[in-house]
Amino acid sequence: MTRLSHWLLSPTPASQRQARLGRIAFAALDFAASPAALAGLLIVVLLLVVAAFAPLLATHDPNAQSLMTMLQAPSRSHWFGTDELGRDIYSRVVHGARITLSIVLLVAVIAAPIGLAVGCAAGFLGGTVDRVLMRLTDVALAFPRLVLALAFVAALRPSLQNAVIAIAITAWPPYARLARAETLVIRRSDYVAAAWLAGARPWRIIWRQIVPLCLPSLLVRVTLDMAGVILIAAGLGFLGLGAQPPTPEWGAMLSNGRDFLLDAWWVATLPGAAIFITSLGFNLLGDGLRDALDPRRQS
Amino acid sequence: MTQKTGRGGGWNLVGELAITFVGLLAATFLIGRIMPIDPVVAAGGADLSTAQHARLAAELGLDQPLVVQFGQFVLRLLQLDFGRSFLTGNPVSADIARVFPATVELATLGMLIGSCIGIPAGILAAVMRGTAVDAVLRFVTLIGYSMPVFWKGLMLMLLFYVMLGWAEGPGRQGIAFEGQVPQITHLLLIDCLLQGDWDAMRDAWGHLVLPAVSLGYGAGAYLARMTRSFMLEQLSQEYMITASVKGASMTRMVLHHALPNCGVQLITTLALTYGLLLEGAVLTETVFAWPGLGQYMTKAMFNADMNAVIGGTFVIGTVFVILNQLSDLAYRRLDPRAR
Repeated sequence: MTRLSHWLLSPTPASQRQARLGRIAFAALDFAASPAALAGLLIVVLLLVVAAFAPLLATHDPNAQSLMTMLQAPSRSHWFGTDELGRDIYSRVVHGARITLSIVLLVAVIAAPIGLAVGCAAGFLGGTVDRVLMRLTDVALAFPRLVLALAFVAALRPSLQNAVIAIAITAWPPYARLARAETLVIRRSDYVAAAWLAGARPWRIIWRQIVPLCLPSLLVRVTLDMAGVILIAAGLGFLGLGAQPPTPEWGAMLSNGRDFLLDAWWVATLPGAAIFITSLGFNLLGDGLRDALDPRRQS
Repeated sequence: MTQKTGRGGGWNLVGELAITFVGLLAATFLIGRIMPIDPVVAAGGADLSTAQHARLAAELGLDQPLVVQFGQFVLRLLQLDFGRSFLTGNPVSADIARVFPATVELATLGMLIGSCIGIPAGILAAVMRGTAVDAVLRFVTLIGYSMPVFWKGLMLMLLFYVMLGWAEGPGRQGIAFEGQVPQITHLLLIDCLLQGDWDAMRDAWGHLVLPAVSLGYGAGAYLARMTRSFMLEQLSQEYMITASVKGASMTRMVLHHALPNCGVQLITTLALTYGLLLEGAVLTETVFAWPGLGQYMTKAMFNADMNAVIGGTFVIGTVFVILNQLSDLAYRRLDPRAR
């Protein structure tokens, strides 16, 4: 163990592999030294666990209605109380983790590749392609994200898929900018020149040489953005433009509870707390990752 | 977000603004087009004969090529003609003129609250970097931008209206005061002030304060975070060491040397924040039944009133784009390093 850590943290790495692993180790140590970052990691891991084992963790069927137990306050049998249809809020919050997680993942899976493709193509091909693509990105960056997403969903009919599409098409521009900046640096490296000389076509170079190197910084950026995506998704759900009833989506549940705020505070409050804690977790994790990986901040 | 690839210059900026604006128009046009409902049916109802259908389609310009349709769409929008709202029966532009001041009032007060708290907090955090004060401020700001704005609003309402009764409930005015104050500026607080109607003013304030605080907290958190990082950058500059060697006090160093140098960045951030507040107002208005543009648009969305949705999107989008580009201009004009 000590030999391994000695090897990892060596100030004079002997190989490229050792240097790269050493950098990761330093970043991990930096990350682990920050309680805030660890708390963020804990929350995100918790979200993953809850989403994975939702049926086991839930105490009730999330959609089982029971008029006998309408609007009951939190108790031993209903940890978070029940809503206006007698559904167990704790079980609905637990199942809601799956919805939130799938929105976040789908947005990342759609938006990040679009940004990556646009940014890498612009940065590598340069010239007119670069100018047109980046102008497009600048234009899209200047749009109001939430309002545009709202209008898109309203036009397409409210549903979970449409909410995901609307969020994703407003989320890609920052990724394009980032990928372009990275590409401009990588483009000048010797091994790209070597690939050129070996006769590789531009698309092959982009795919094999450039994209893999853009991925790490892109992933950090995506993590940083997840908190924002969760809030926008919850906002759409809150306005009734996201997942449709009876899907236990946190934003929609909160919106439901507004009508009972006076005598059943838990219906709106607890799903809102779930949104807040999840978004807080991603913010903490993202901040921690950024601090740990920022080359300007060497401890 | 604000750094652009271009090289400054006023004309360049006008060109960029124009291109962004055309992009906005195209996006709004597209939103009107992707509706799964037949726009003719949406306008005329389901039971039209084929001949009526064709005539109405021609009337709406839907038989023209798409490019021509886009041209007509742009011309109409530039004249602020968004068509009629199915929901209210009024022209959408008249509806927006009626509801938009309420949104502006809310966003502006939110902005004032946010900057009065956020900027000093950011300065304090930067100066006391690494201390407990910094940690507490960081925690409070983190909560500010992790909380969904509608939840913040609900919790404030639960606490200050339902439990404590310190603030007024949803809406913009109590029933007793409705229609009492003549509308001059359409900004209720200012109208009350002009009339000298203190009771109405107190009532309006009671209604405004909770939504404004829930918006202001988020804005303040964002501003505090940005101010802190701008200040830290300045505080690490060499001229700060010079000033401290010359014996300048900490207050003087911060307020006279560091803060003015953050000015440009701060103005840029303020402009962007205002745009974000207009967006956030859409959600906040729904929570507080605030009769502004956000509530108008949400109602329209549920009734497939696409004219109203597109009109509202266009207005918010335009303000947002202009603020975005203006902050860019300010950045380039005022910051010699960006030239």
